[in-house]
Amino acid sequence: MPNADSLQSFSRPMRATSAAPPAPRRASRLADWRQYVAYLGFALIFVFFSTTLFDKGFLDPNNLLNILRQTAMISIMSVGMTYVLSAGEIDLSIGMVAGLVSLVAAVAIDGYGPIAGVAAGVAVGALVGFVNGALTTRVGIPSFLTTLAMMGIARGSAMWMTQTKSVPILDDNFIWLFGGGNLGPIPILVLWTLVLAVIGHIVLRRTTFGRRVLATGGSEMAARYSGIDTRSVKMRVLIISGLTAAIAGMLYAGRLHSGRFQLGEGDELSVIAAAVLGGTSLFGGAGTVVGSIVGSLMIGVINNGLLLMGLEYSQQLIARGLIILIAVAISQSRKR
Amino acid sequence: MNSAPSPVVRLIGVSKSFGGVRALDNVDFEVSAGEIHALLGENGAGKSTILKILNGVHAPSAGAIEVNGAPLGDHTPEAARRAGIGMIFQEMSLAPTLTVAQNIFLNHELKGRLNLIDDEEAARRSRELFESLGVEVDPLARVADLSAGQRQLTEIVKAISRDVRVLVLDEPTTALSGGEVEKLFAILRRLRAKGVAIIYVSHRMDEIARIADRATILRDGRRVITAPMSELTLDKIIEHIVGRRSRGFSDVARKAARRGAPLLEIKGLSGLEKPSNIDLTLYAGEVVGVAGLLGSGRSALARVLFGVDRKRSGEIRIKGGSVEIGGPRDAIARGLVLVPEDRLRQGLILEHSVEANASLAILDRLASWFFVSRAKAADAVDRQIAALRIRASSRDAAARTLSGGNQQKVVVAKWLNAEPDIFVLDEPTAGVDIGSKAEIIALIRGLAERGKAVLVISSELSELLTASDRILVMTDGRIVAEYECAEFDDHDSNDDVGERLHHAERRLSSIVQQAYARH
Repeated sequence: MPNADSLQSFSRPMRATSAAPPAPRRASRLADWRQYVAYLGFALIFVFFSTTLFDKGFLDPNNLLNILRQTAMISIMSVGMTYVLSAGEIDLSIGMVAGLVSLVAAVAIDGYGPIAGVAAGVAVGALVGFVNGALTTRVGIPSFLTTLAMMGIARGSAMWMTQTKSVPILDDNFIWLFGGGNLGPIPILVLWTLVLAVIGHIVLRRTTFGRRVLATGGSEMAARYSGIDTRSVKMRVLIISGLTAAIAGMLYAGRLHSGRFQLGEGDELSVIAAAVLGGTSLFGGAGTVVGSIVGSLMIGVINNGLLLMGLEYSQQLIARGLIILIAVAISQSRKR
Repeated sequence: MNSAPSPVVRLIGVSKSFGGVRALDNVDFEVSAGEIHALLGENGAGKSTILKILNGVHAPSAGAIEVNGAPLGDHTPEAARRAGIGMIFQEMSLAPTLTVAQNIFLNHELKGRLNLIDDEEAARRSRELFESLGVEVDPLARVADLSAGQRQLTEIVKAISRDVRVLVLDEPTTALSGGEVEKLFAILRRLRAKGVAIIYVSHRMDEIARIADRATILRDGRRVITAPMSELTLDKIIEHIVGRRSRGFSDVARKAARRGAPLLEIKGLSGLEKPSNIDLTLYAGEVVGVAGLLGSGRSALARVLFGVDRKRSGEIRIKGGSVEIGGPRDAIARGLVLVPEDRLRQGLILEHSVEANASLAILDRLASWFFVSRAKAADAVDRQIAALRIRASSRDAAARTLSGGNQQKVVVAKWLNAEPDIFVLDEPTAGVDIGSKAEIIALIRGLAERGKAVLVISSELSELLTASDRILVMTDGRIVAEYECAEFDDHDSNDDVGERLHHAERRLSSIVQQAYARH
């Protein structure tokens, strides 16, 4: 570069600039197929088990309905989890809360009848969600820690409440409505899943609340600068998650005719895996309820198929872990 | 403009302090309906504080804000929005995971049947808005997939999708191409005709001259002047912006540099977008300054050199040997270090101690087997604390507790310990008080005297002029001019150092502006 001899004139020739076009961005649509990896994976795994396990009754309508029943609780909690993850938070307490709610409901039914039981269960779920939300948004403890601590508190409370004994439920109406019943040919558990999934999907996609959840998780600063009260959004998603955990807890109770502290144990991980498999981002900002349901079903089908294949429990755990890892790796590979 | 201008926004005697620092001091500022009002000043002059007060992010410590004659009671973003103040941020108000249309109507979504969001209608309306502005952005694209310019246009459309009476634009053109700037100006003129009051913040004087009706210039938190653009020339504006202080830089002694061997040679270096085709040689014992406006590719050059951004083409030679820098690790191993722009996030681990931060780059050397020797680390860090005169309660104090200037010294100490040959400093005095600025400049000179090659990027020209031996001017990713600092010295002026610096700063400032305008 030549040096200036003098500075008397500022009008020195400058290198002509060719207007370089900005580097073209990778087409977004191209990467979008990964969003549907859960659907694809679900189809693949389903076809795989259908053919290999044909003679073991995988496609038997009873077996298929059974899968749906078994995964209903995971599916329902994954609806709540979709909201929490979309808002950029996490809720680890749901599994233990489900167990606690099953006991609270059983005890309340025993003392005051089924309506009190349902009310008590819902109240516990909402309360836990509220406390999680308050600690996260007002005190500022990350939700990972808040809900990790709540996990222990819920579990401890459940064990302490009845000295770890399970409490039987004898009320037929409760048992019919939460788990045991059928409406025509459709198990009531499937109906619960369907109703909550449809509501969850519409609220997330088509209401201002859902949009605020996605915006908060996508960029909290942008949401705040757009006038969104992000703390209230986060509070609400954690309450929603507590409520879906409560419903799942009561469904466990109704299905097994009893409340037990062990119910829901470890479900938080299956639920998070289901949501992520379905295309919900662990980093917030993107979530789909339909995807989460498909993710849940995928996990249910895998569990069922591995069982029918005659694998030992230890082998099932390993195989399930590997399948989930592969699917999540593919679905996450384009994100951040 | 109107014969009887009615102020839409008025700031009356507004002051704002952060801790002990006065960011704004009794500022009066008003903007009329149907005018484009430029708000000018250096970094730290108080522009962004005014914007944040207008937007409701900060509440003023004293004074009042009126919109259409009614005082603004609440100081929240929502209250500002209700009062009709719309703001265009530098990409801050877009959620990357949502689509363009969803972002535009964020928090005022269009409702269809059953009170549900109607995304199709939003997309249609967004398309119309973009078309009416004559720009092409896909309303269904995710914001994360847009180019910077398209994102900026989305911000603008988002702001005007609501009825705004006051529109605030903060450096709106940094990410725009020439054609897009023209479109923006056409939009602004149309809004002005509709009676919107527009506040326009930019460092680019040619744009100000073309678009603004009036200008208010701030310096050190005070209002210096408000005048119609017709009464302001470029020279006058720069004079008001720069002021007449010496800023405490005059006591930084500059000896003639003893140029040593070339340490860093760059040939035809280009990044993915910026910089493009950079030729540059840095010699031992000299400080080279890089001037240019925001978005000129200065920081991109630093990032490519340090291996944070990928290079597209070109050659980097360090001490005569060609090197490939694939990441910061490579750069450090070759003796090139970066003191980054954002020291709070890129430079320091705030919660860690001064010692932990300053020894981070040399852990291997301090370790015996796998254990870091506390004694060796303490020794190395204490030496730097003494040499750089870092004021901290102890080497165990968290970096967070230090002042901005001392934090920056810790970053420099971290690299000094690594004993590099080449220092690249990006905005080393940003957020540092005046007194510490002079110290950091002296520190930079000291590095050169110890035989290092130093590249300094800064928006503060007086700082560049004080620190550097040579100054490069960048615009649009290219180096467009190069000067020896001595060239700026006024031959027939007096000996007052402050006066001389002031004069040089004005000259350099108009060079930078003209370089941008010409491109």
